Amino acid sequence: MLLLLLGIILLHVAALVLLFVSTIVSVWTSSETGTSDLWINCSTSNGGYHCDPATSGEWIQAVQAVMILSIIFSCLSLFLFFCQLFTLQKGGRFFLTGTFQILASLFVMSGAIIYTVMSPEWVPEGDAFGYSYILAWVAFPLALISGLIYVILRKRE
Amino acid sequence: MLTFLALASVVLLGIVPEQTQGIVIYTGWERHALVGSDIRLSCSFFSWRWTSEDVTFSWTYRPDGSRDSISIFHYTGGAAYVDNKGPFRDRVEFVGNPGRRDGSILIKNLDFSDNGTFTCDAKNPPDIVGRPSSVRLLVFEKVPIQAGVITGAIIGVVLGLLVLIVVIYYLMRFLVARRVFSLSVSKHGKKKKEGSQQRQGPVPPADPSKVKAAASEKKKESRKDKK
Repeated sequence: MLLLLLGIILLHVAALVLLFVSTIVSVWTSSETGTSDLWINCSTSNGGYHCDPATSGEWIQAVQAVMILSIIFSCLSLFLFFCQLFTLQKGGRFFLTGTFQILASLFVMSGAIIYTVMSPEWVPEGDAFGYSYILAWVAFPLALISGLIYVILRKRE
Repeated sequence: MLTFLALASVVLLGIVPEQTQGIVIYTGWERHALVGSDIRLSCSFFSWRWTSEDVTFSWTYRPDGSRDSISIFHYTGGAAYVDNKGPFRDRVEFVGNPGRRDGSILIKNLDFSDNGTFTCDAKNPPDIVGRPSSVRLLVFEKVPIQAGVITGAIIGVVLGLLVLIVVIYYLMRFLVARRVFSLSVSKHGKKKKEGSQQRQGPVPPADPSKVKAAASEKKKESRKDKK
């Protein structure tokens, strides 16, 4: 029983950590001349390291917002999990926690999709996707599975 | 002695700033505009002297990436002289008020080649020592949205909806609970009446505190069932 609890919490925390890393670390696309991400576009042109803030588009701001929202919802669902752990009736289901976690995973998915579709607008074509982008895609199924587990799980004594 | 000191300090305070201040010129720092629109570049100055009749304003323009400036506007002797040969030919208009220390100009029909730095220099004789002030003009095809506006808007809307849903949920529960309470009170009242009619003889009226206790217990049970 305790093992199951630990496993679930670990899964949730892993998804949360992946979300944080993916949003904060600056490597959504990478090329030989530089890296770029949701917040800034850095490149080493002839002469030095040169960074542009991401004001160039409405879509990148939408991606920023959606990633931040997914982090917020995932944190909220972790907090709600601990709340419901102690206040739920025996046999009850963690509906609220599961809902928030599933919403967080949906936000990550939509953010990654928007980025994939619109990225030629703010990074030069031919750039490979970096590891933060991959982490975002990995965080999505983890969060989804975690949310579904919460919805199916029943509280035992 | 004291009066002498007071007078001296007043005189010194009056003179010293004039000698060290000079004229201070204010323009904006940066201006953004759309192609084809007009823009008003404001220039005003501060000087300890009264505004003289020989006050002069002059604007010069330096394109982005160039080191040369050309003069595009000059106001002197009560008359304004605008550019009639250079890049701003027929596009500059004087909209300032020299009496109010305002030397602003209006530039019409902007183009991308107007990107650059505009410098305003004002002189208020005998107060002529001052530093000209510059304003940078940026001409856009469409005005870019500032970083973070859309981000903040999306986050705000979603969190606001969340808070709204929570509030509505608790409100509904509160209202439904109140309706259940009032319903159960009326049911209890009816049952007691019927019971008393069957028995015979007057029965003391139902104790309101007992009725309340019974109703709240019913409420608690229904809440537990819901969860």
